[in-house]
Amino acid sequence: MSAAPEPLLRVSALRRHFGGGRSFLRTQRTIRAVEDVSLTLRIGETLGLVGESGCGKSTTGRMIVGLERPSGGEILFKGRDLTGLTPKDWQRQRRDIQMIFQNPQSALDPRLSIGRQIREPLDLHGIGERGGRDAEVLRLMQAVALAPEMADRFPHQISGGQAQRVVIARALAMKPSLIVCDEPVSALDVSVQATVTELLQELQERFDIAYLFISHDLRVVKKLSHRIAVMYLGQIVEEGPTDPVYRRPLHPYTMALLAAIPDLSASRATRPVRLAGDPPSPANPPAGCHFHTRCPYARPRCSAEMPALRPLGEGHSVRCHFAGELGVAS
Amino acid sequence: MTERDRKAGTDGGSAALLSVEGLTVGFRTAAGYADILHAVSFAVRPGTTTCVVGESGSGKSVSCQAVLGLLPANGRRTAGRILFEGRDLAAASEAELETIRGRGIGMVFQDPLGSLNPLHTVGTQLRETLRLHTALSEPQRQARALELLRLVGIPEPEQRLASYVHQFSGGMAQRVMIAMALACEPKLLIADEPTTALDVTIQAQILDLLNRLKAEFGMAILFVTHDLGVVAEMADDVVVMRHGRVVEAGPAARLLTAPQAPYTRELLAAMPRLDVAAPVYRKRAAS
Repeated sequence: MSAAPEPLLRVSALRRHFGGGRSFLRTQRTIRAVEDVSLTLRIGETLGLVGESGCGKSTTGRMIVGLERPSGGEILFKGRDLTGLTPKDWQRQRRDIQMIFQNPQSALDPRLSIGRQIREPLDLHGIGERGGRDAEVLRLMQAVALAPEMADRFPHQISGGQAQRVVIARALAMKPSLIVCDEPVSALDVSVQATVTELLQELQERFDIAYLFISHDLRVVKKLSHRIAVMYLGQIVEEGPTDPVYRRPLHPYTMALLAAIPDLSASRATRPVRLAGDPPSPANPPAGCHFHTRCPYARPRCSAEMPALRPLGEGHSVRCHFAGELGVAS
Repeated sequence: MTERDRKAGTDGGSAALLSVEGLTVGFRTAAGYADILHAVSFAVRPGTTTCVVGESGSGKSVSCQAVLGLLPANGRRTAGRILFEGRDLAAASEAELETIRGRGIGMVFQDPLGSLNPLHTVGTQLRETLRLHTALSEPQRQARALELLRLVGIPEPEQRLASYVHQFSGGMAQRVMIAMALACEPKLLIADEPTTALDVTIQAQILDLLNRLKAEFGMAILFVTHDLGVVAEMADDVVVMRHGRVVEAGPAARLLTAPQAPYTRELLAAMPRLDVAAPVYRKRAAS
């Protein structure tokens, strides 16, 4: 295994804490948005990062693109640690790591035509000959299946799906090797959703782009991701190749999450066990295993000792003391 | 068409609790007048769930607003009947509608935090609903409010009655909304995307709750959603809408497995689902 090449991205023990500062008469509570997240991404690979609101998945993505400064940990991208970059270095780095957000309309400048919108990053970064940039814009529009006449339209004149294509074209302009996609299709209707996810897959095939695909929708994630990582209260609780994790989840939270998805597949035999209650606040996470307050299998050890993320099977890791003993036996 | 198809379909059927017939609604905007619903017809049978499904702009929410008589000021019903227990709501006065909205039909919307009053405790709001729509005395209202919170599965209901909306999570606030909608034991609950803003484990809890209430009280549900997965979990009957028209209607078991309309087929094909295979990573040459 020592022969395995260094992955495109290696994130180790990444942390991000908010607050905790002291102001007049009181100390703020520390919100541990991200606590000890480690993950890797290979060239042309998609890692689905899933979890419910507040689990820290977006904060993790924002740290990787440099929108958020980590409180600790390491982000190695092509062998280089990004956490120590100066703003100027970041500007150069930014070409190689792009980000796509949930709401494409708010990611576009309402006063710029679609063509200008896509051309802007080329101008800012001085990419290509000035005279050749309009041709490049057309090539990019073609790559995301936008008709050339759309170039003169403005953001308010196009649909949500078209806007997300513009955003993707703009990200592609930098020829990135990694795109962090934060809920890129969540705001779109299903028929549009399908065309955008297919576009993302096609672009990955053509340009060997790796995606960190952040989403709360495990159905969308399954279609796109080679591997998935499940987050709960700032930690990765399970990680592994997509199909095996979905077929036989080992962490009780992953089991519950999969069981909760309303789905068209007929295979569900009996009514699954439901998780009771809401997730606890990341300002005050439970001691021991963060999930023990909602876990149907919790035992005394779970509230006393925090489990480590440990390998269990091929490329599959779980943060649970009793993983492997649970599941089918329930 | 089978017997069941016909009931869920266009003619409403005599057994329907709610029957919408040829409903046409138009909106006046700066750009002129436009019809948003075109002769929409569907029915809800007592004690069953009818899901209205469609993409944004299909008219599914406007249909509900029209049933409730809650169209925006620039919207107007220009044709059609809305029969609830055989009575035409479209012909009812505003006062009659208010009575029906409280007692006969309950409603729950997508954003529970936006639908509740932030300035009053949850208990005050529940008692207010009961005061308006029932003849209960003040102590009875207090007891009933407590019972309602318990019914929708809110932990520590005594303390929660004195809480304000901002002290509730989204899922808990939606339970409060459902408690308010149930206050007068309506025969029909209209739920417009009630779980869209919620996390998936919380959504599952709310869907279970609605199904339990339906079974316990024989309440019918008109459930608006864009998620066919939710339809599969909830619906007895399905109405598929697009561009303000009913594209297809029928029993869920038939419609989800053997859709007739091309649009229903497209919608089903586009829906991400758990039984598709995930892509497998192939080693790349360069590294």
